Amino acid sequence: MTTTSFPGPGLSEEQWARLKALAISLSPEQSNWIGGYFTGYADAARGLVGAMVAEPPVSVPVPMEAAAQRSLTVLYASETGTAMGLAEEARQHAAGKGLTVKLHDLADYKPAALKDEQDVLLIASTHGEGEPPQPALDFFETLGGRKAPRLQGVRFAVLALGDSTYEFYCQTGRTLDSRLAELGGERLKPRIDCDVDQIGEGRRWFAALIEGLADTPAQAPATVSLAPVGAPVQTHGENNPFHAEILENIAITGRGSSKQTRHVELSLEGSGLTYMPGDALGIVPRNSARRVEEVLAAAGLAASARATLDDGEHELGALLETGFEIAAATPRFLDHWASLSDAAALRELAQPDRASGRNEWLRSHHVVDILRLFPVKGLDATRFIAGLRRLQPRFYSIASSQEAQGGDVHLTVSTVRYELHGTQREGVVSGALAGLAEGETLPVFMRANPHFRLPADDVPMVMIGAGTGIAPYRGFVQERALRGAAGRSWLIFGDRNFRSDFLYQAEWQAHQKAGALSLIDAVFSRDGAQKSYVQDRLRERAAELYAWLEEGAHLYVCGDAAGMAPDVHQALIEAVAAASGRDDEAAKDYVRALQRDGRYQRDVY
Amino acid sequence: MDKALPTDRSADLSQPLDRLGPDETLKHESDQLRGTILQNLADGVTWSVSQSNAKLLKFQGIYQQDDRDVREERRRQKLEPAYQFMARVRLPGGVCTPAQWLRIDSLARRYGGDTLRLTTRQTFQFHWLLRHGLRPVLQGLHEVGLDTVAACGDDSRGVMCAVNPELSALHAELAALAQASSDRAIPRMRAYREIWYGEARQPQKGPEEPFYGTTYMPRKFKIGFVLPPSNDIDVYAQDLGYIAIVENGEIIGFNVAIGGGMGRTDRVSTTYPRLASVIGYIPKDRFFLTTEAVMSVQRDYGNRADRTRARFKYTIDDKGLGWVADEIARRQGFAFEPARPVSFTGNGDTLGWSKGEDGRHHFTLYIRSGRLNAGSRDGLMDGLRAVAEVHKGSFRLTPNQNLIIADITPRERGRISELMAAHGLDSTFSGSALRQHAMSCVAFPTCGLAMAESERYLPDLLERLEPLLEKHGLTDTPITLRLSGCPNGCSRPYIAEIALTGRAPGKYNLYIGGGFHGERLGTLVKENVGEAQILGHLDTLFGRYAAERSPDEHFGDFCTRIGAAEAA
Ligand code: SRM
Ligand SMILES: Cc1cc2nc3c(=O)[nH]c(=O)nc-3n(C[C@H](O)[C@H](O)[C@H](O)COP(=O)(O)OP(=O)(O)OC[C@H]3O[C@@H](n4cnc5c(N)ncnc54)[C@H](O)[C@@H]3O)c2cc1C
Ligand SMILES: Cc1cc2nc3c(=O)[nH]c(=O)nc-3n(C[C@H](O)[C@H](O)[C@H](O)COP(=O)(O)O)c2cc1C
Ligand code: SF4
Repeated sequence: MTTTSFPGPGLSEEQWARLKALAISLSPEQSNWIGGYFTGYADAARGLVGAMVAEPPVSVPVPMEAAAQRSLTVLYASETGTAMGLAEEARQHAAGKGLTVKLHDLADYKPAALKDEQDVLLIASTHGEGEPPQPALDFFETLGGRKAPRLQGVRFAVLALGDSTYEFYCQTGRTLDSRLAELGGERLKPRIDCDVDQIGEGRRWFAALIEGLADTPAQAPATVSLAPVGAPVQTHGENNPFHAEILENIAITGRGSSKQTRHVELSLEGSGLTYMPGDALGIVPRNSARRVEEVLAAAGLAASARATLDDGEHELGALLETGFEIAAATPRFLDHWASLSDAAALRELAQPDRASGRNEWLRSHHVVDILRLFPVKGLDATRFIAGLRRLQPRFYSIASSQEAQGGDVHLTVSTVRYELHGTQREGVVSGALAGLAEGETLPVFMRANPHFRLPADDVPMVMIGAGTGIAPYRGFVQERALRGAAGRSWLIFGDRNFRSDFLYQAEWQAHQKAGALSLIDAVFSRDGAQKSYVQDRLRERAAELYAWLEEGAHLYVCGDAAGMAPDVHQALIEAVAAASGRDDEAAKDYVRALQRDGRYQRDVY
Repeated sequence: MDKALPTDRSADLSQPLDRLGPDETLKHESDQLRGTILQNLADGVTWSVSQSNAKLLKFQGIYQQDDRDVREERRRQKLEPAYQFMARVRLPGGVCTPAQWLRIDSLARRYGGDTLRLTTRQTFQFHWLLRHGLRPVLQGLHEVGLDTVAACGDDSRGVMCAVNPELSALHAELAALAQASSDRAIPRMRAYREIWYGEARQPQKGPEEPFYGTTYMPRKFKIGFVLPPSNDIDVYAQDLGYIAIVENGEIIGFNVAIGGGMGRTDRVSTTYPRLASVIGYIPKDRFFLTTEAVMSVQRDYGNRADRTRARFKYTIDDKGLGWVADEIARRQGFAFEPARPVSFTGNGDTLGWSKGEDGRHHFTLYIRSGRLNAGSRDGLMDGLRAVAEVHKGSFRLTPNQNLIIADITPRERGRISELMAAHGLDSTFSGSALRQHAMSCVAFPTCGLAMAESERYLPDLLERLEPLLEKHGLTDTPITLRLSGCPNGCSRPYIAEIALTGRAPGKYNLYIGGGFHGERLGTLVKENVGEAQILGHLDTLFGRYAAERSPDEHFGDFCTRIGAAEAA
């Protein structure tokens, strides 16, 4: 079965015929499930999974005479796609080893089903401030509660994903691992905690686990591979990004604004990359030459110094430019530098019980500052590199509809600029972007975001965004306007000052006039005497909001994860309570039901 | 004279609305200027008002504008234009008290971008008001007895009055007439009190606007009182001008001049500036009857189908001056007496100290283009605030965008002049006589109709002209120079000896030969030209004028005499 790749969503005759034959045989629930299956499948295929995803075989559970081995179920909880990608790799690896393996997103998995599993590999990331990924909140709350199942006879292993710059590092994976044991489960392998640049270690960990499970000879017949039906195959990923030409790059915050937000348009011509509204674009970062020189000077090392990594020797200068995060420092770097410099202050901060103090200190002391404050004599490049974290791609919610923009992709990027220890600093990607001219290129790749999707055309939607959180809604409304969708839409936008920060103001006004946008609430925190935010407007408009929800509206929240998202969540509960007369508990259930039914989706960062 | 000649009424008030221009329907359906302004004021997605509400707001003395310096930049940034509002105070005769000055000054600092503009019709304009700043400003004015009613729109506008410091008693009488005629001539405008003062709407018995009806005037209507020998208000540019006739120190009556106006549109020959025509004399106590008669003739016969032909000057040229004068006489119930002889000497201001016959002192302060900026190096706005805090007399805004600190009692003079010295207000005006007689309209960045710079270009233009004047020994010869950013002529350019009207950025029409006291229209001698050509042409004219003029012959008269004012 060859995959014929063709531009756009067109299907070949033969695929169309097979799809129709399948469709007729399906019940509504089945077609719904298959829809989700293919969406997940499409996103996994074009998401994080390694560069060349030629044709991921899909295993269709084929009834077998006797399953000699225990079946393996891979479960993942993911918010920005990393855990999902890894779970798909684990599934592929297990299938390759002849294991019977199933893959589920914990967002659509009932804890009760765990007791019927045999071997379970769970991959879970942590978000917000140490919380489980939002789509899978239901699973973790039930697992932690009274209705959790007994798990005698079930064997499990947990791969935890996290980011060591956060206070509650890998919290979800840690709690999951201890809870499963508490419920009677048998731990197959000690939990592994993977920082954002330790995904490789995670892969080696589950490969070893699967090796162990597959020691009995494989008897299961080769799996039947089903060619992906019209799934777009992304030819670019994090390791071989597409160099997209910049078509436009302007600051769209008005003169006098207290910050800068840029509108960037990139051409995807010739990349084969496709996206849907709600997806994110990954940009591969590169540190500026000036930052590299500063760090080298502070460390007293030459750019030509040699540093050895597991794949051989490299020039330090080049490594620092493309390989490592040299601005913010992680706890790991702190520990590393405490031992190298033997500085009492650092050793004291590195104590395990000082986690929050450490994070606070690290927010105002970056790598270059630590090097200057605690110089280390006779430092060699390799030892210096060992404490640094790999440079991670930055993601940006796409602010356009591909079809409406003739294939281009638009972004809304807030330029990170701040002062520290008397010097101006800027974000690696957003700082560089502020200086890039039209015609130059940016290394990009696509990242699907299946948990931030437009509803059906006639379904009302409430879009809540603060600052650059308005970006995906631009794609949403462009797409709906293009399709002449009948569904009503309500934008609730917050930022600092009306005159300079009402992002894309003229476009929303035009959409409203053309009927593609029914309601707009714009709230500005620094105009009036008292501060007001989107969450305050939600409480003020509780009745209208509840009416929309009762009509089946889908709710979206995008923007700052730390402050705005939790406040909006709380305001939502209070609004539902106030408008419907429910008590707080019942209102919480109402909102959780929205989440469960996929009617309350978040893209927060 | 008694039989009204049959006249064409196809485009006036007698016609059904659908035969007339869209603005007439807008006025008629606006529920006496209320429109949907109240809802617009609460709109959170824009800081502007709708186009139709913007037109209604003009009647309420408010213009919707945007900062044209950043218009293009914001369009590219997908932001709405930087909307702001200009508000023009109704200040009949340009007279205001120190308390009113202080309130206007503080409102400008708090809401109006730290700036104030004295206009060519003797009143104040605020700029940079945000939509939510309008109510506090208008309520602030209300508290000191001021409003912005009918400062703009199709109604009777700011009434001008000669400032003439030497003739204080006559000025006081004329200023009172200006105030009284403005109070009578403006619409009652209930809408203004409801929208801006939050008063409840009262049930009305009978029409809300007995005189204006629902479609008000066909176009703006401008009245002015002048006191010879100074023609400072440019009576020949007024729709209705009253020229005070004085016999042994008493005003006995007025020569009546009608149909003056400046506005025109480039390359549209049916539009042109026109000098008011003197149609006779009336005794002083009849002027209310005459005002009502003149305005009602323009109201009833003015062109409402084509706004470019709506001004009273066109009504007069369409119907014939004789017919209009007879119709006015018929309506006022008495015939005009023959006009009395009058002589004017000029239309500029005399700067510095002067004393009225009542022994009171007045200081006329030069303010280039009437522009006051808080905290600026010239110290004008800050200095005048300090004066207003102690001054017991009044202020008079002059038609030349200057200011008279008026009615200073001999006892107060020392204190006032010390204070003025402390703020550098009394430094005797330095610069050429031409600079003293120069005026410019606002234009960029706030005027939506501007085509070229005016106020912001005047200083550069003067800097380049003064060396030429010096070269030809004309530095102390008064010459009137007026600059407008477009052909509408807000600085009354067409009656100036030298006039520039904007065509495009950096490009102007040049007019030469207007009368020194605004009694003659200038002629277009250069069309759509740049600074170099303008300076070159004026340099040659200055040279010939210096060499060939007869003793104290004015520049405009000289150019007309030698044919230098021939059409381009
Ligand atoms: C402030 C002032 C000029 C100045 O530098 O002082 C002015 C400023 C404007 N004039 Fe004027 N006119 C001003 C005196 C005049 C005069 C002189 C006079 O009245 O003695 C004239 C010529 C006389 C006449 O009316 O013919 C004048 C003829 C116009 C016209 C042309 C009217 C016409 O019949 O064609 C317009 C445009 C219009 O009304 O459609 C206009 C319109 C405007 C507007 C409101 C632009 C607009 O319509 O959007 C300008 C506001 C600019 C700004 O940002 O402030 N202005 N305007 C004067 C305010 C007078 C007042 O306090 O009421
Ligand atoms: C799914 C997703 C969608 C996103 N969408 C968008 C989007 O649409 N638009 C957008 O602008 N961003 C978006 N982001 C955030 C974006 O990915 C980057 O994190 C952001 O642009 C910063 O990247 P940078 O390389 O410019 O800055 P970095 O080099 O990452 O610098 C940021 C770091 O600088 C330090 N820092 C920043 N401010 C200060 C300060 N005041 N004092 C001390 N240290 C400070 C902090 O350590 C901070 O972590 C999104 C993120 C995700 C995960
Ligand atoms: C908004 C946000 C909040 C996060 N909070 C935490 C946290 O509290 N603790 C932690 O260990 N990691 C945290 N992370 C890091 C993620 O766990 C890490 O990026 C992980 O690789 C994401 O995996 P996923 O894409 O499958 O969700 C956070 C990431 C984001 C974007
Ligand atoms: S003359 Fe034209 S540019 Fe100048 S203020 Fe009047 S309308 Fe504006």
